[in-house]
Amino acid sequence: MSYERQNPAFYALLVALIFMAVGPIVLMFANSFKLDVDIISGTSGLLFLPTIQNYETALCDVLWYEPDHIDFCALKFGGAFINSLIIALVSTALTLVIGCMAAYALVRFRFMGRDTASLTTLMVRMVPPAVLLVPVFGLWNNEFCIGKTTWLGSLIRESLGGRGDVCLAGTHSGIILVYVAMNLPFVIWILQSFIVQVPRSLEEAARVDGAGPFQVFFKVVLPLIKPGLAAAAIFTFRIAWNEYLLASALSDRDTKTVPILIVNNMSEFNVEWGVIMATGMLLAIPPIIFTLFASRQIITGMTAGAVKG
Amino acid sequence: MATKGINRLTPYMFMAPAAIIMGIALLYPLGYMVYGSFRDWNPSQTIGESEFVGLKNYITLFYDPAFRESLSVTLTFAFAVVFAELLLGVGLALLLDRNIRGMSILRTLFILPMMIAPVVVGLMWRYMYHPTVGTFNRFLESIGLEGVDWLGQHALMSVIIADVWQWTPFIFILSLAALQSLPRSALEAARIDGATPWQQIIHIKLPLMMPVLIVTALLRLIDAFKVLEVILVMTEGGPGLSTEIVALRISRTATEFRELGTAAAMSNYLLILLLLLTLSMFAVTKLQEARAARLARQIQEED
Repeated sequence: MSYERQNPAFYALLVALIFMAVGPIVLMFANSFKLDVDIISGTSGLLFLPTIQNYETALCDVLWYEPDHIDFCALKFGGAFINSLIIALVSTALTLVIGCMAAYALVRFRFMGRDTASLTTLMVRMVPPAVLLVPVFGLWNNEFCIGKTTWLGSLIRESLGGRGDVCLAGTHSGIILVYVAMNLPFVIWILQSFIVQVPRSLEEAARVDGAGPFQVFFKVVLPLIKPGLAAAAIFTFRIAWNEYLLASALSDRDTKTVPILIVNNMSEFNVEWGVIMATGMLLAIPPIIFTLFASRQIITGMTAGAVKG
Repeated sequence: MATKGINRLTPYMFMAPAAIIMGIALLYPLGYMVYGSFRDWNPSQTIGESEFVGLKNYITLFYDPAFRESLSVTLTFAFAVVFAELLLGVGLALLLDRNIRGMSILRTLFILPMMIAPVVVGLMWRYMYHPTVGTFNRFLESIGLEGVDWLGQHALMSVIIADVWQWTPFIFILSLAALQSLPRSALEAARIDGATPWQQIIHIKLPLMMPVLIVTALLRLIDAFKVLEVILVMTEGGPGLSTEIVALRISRTATEFRELGTAAAMSNYLLILLLLLTLSMFAVTKLQEARAARLARQIQEED
């Protein structure tokens, strides 16, 4: 393939575009290595003495040594990071497995209720998290509970402590459940377009060789739609990793995720820019790494999702 | 016989986990919300203890100037954002649809903003818009201009700019993909007939891209109604109500004003709006499929 030569103005435009797209991120990255004094005085953009103090402040609860500049570790970033990781990874894995099976059923089988299922999936895709806020808050706190007097409830209360009924709110599983449900429609939708492309003859050949439907699915179909799975996984992870609103309504002190921590620290009047940017950068790093390594899959997923309509 | 029975059950076994989870954590909550929207309900009561008030929440909201304001802010935001992103995204795609080295790196860099948490995007822009230490005002002052009160007087515009920064790449990538899958023959024919680049764009490329563009725009529009975190971090809905979109108002009504019933009714209004948008998206795709099928039939008949 040969490349066309373009005139210099075109390249200048490209550079400007890249600057605009990446500039804010680079700026945040640079600022996260500056002391607040340097950020506020703002003598120069790029000439400064880099310091990892902000990261030390942010990560103080997981550091193995005690940084000199901190008297008291107020920001429990490490704990929140682990919560975020657990919630995002578990919900992504669950969403993928469950969504994949549903997408397969919708594409390959004719059964009663298929049209209803497919239409419902498409419709609930547009439900915004804000709409789920009120009912999820009410249900997770009041309805989805095990009474403390029941056998299982008293067992949990005795082993883990705490008061009142055992409810989904405030647990990792509570947040994971919402995320799985929220992401399923999208994953089913996007994977359908990949499963359609798997040649039927391959599945039939496997079936002739005596494979059951589940074997066909796991051994023949799944390996063939790996690119689709990768795309779906990245999108699901991104939403579960970045979501703030529902997590803030459902989490308690011990299950806080990173976005909640950042928002809570922002709303105070006197913002410590350096530390907050360091936390922001730490939150942004996993998705950035995914993007750099799997941009092809992301783009395939995006186009598959939109073109199918 | 036994295998036949299993075969008939197979699709249901594949569907069951998804159906159960979506039923419990999506459809049931939505029903619960509709039920709750007819009640005078605050967070300290369970829904059973709350009082049935009929359509009161909906009527109060309908005449509530603050809610109307936030509805109009939401609509302004969503349409402005989608319009600007379409213009920029499609423009860039038309411009960059060339065979150049490093296109994949370019695309990777462009999708970075989309992947970053909205909370962090809000944080970045809040810093850049800061009246004294922010990047923009510092730049303006360094070239001798007066600083702009970004998140004060021009809050809505600033919020729109931040969203355009984050989501223009989405439209850019999709329209670039659409452009590159256009039938080469049509473009070739136009070039041979002596069409100028502009004529090619207006008469061939844009009409052929239209189906993808409409779906993309509608998808973006639906997503624009979901935006919350960016605005929450940047302005918290202020100053006044100038950037308080409906999603933000729902969350404030529920947590600050503790009126779950009203918040549920508000959610329902938002849901109805989005339902209409989704239905129009279906209608558009169905129409397009029908037209494509008709065209294909015509071509077959001609052969």
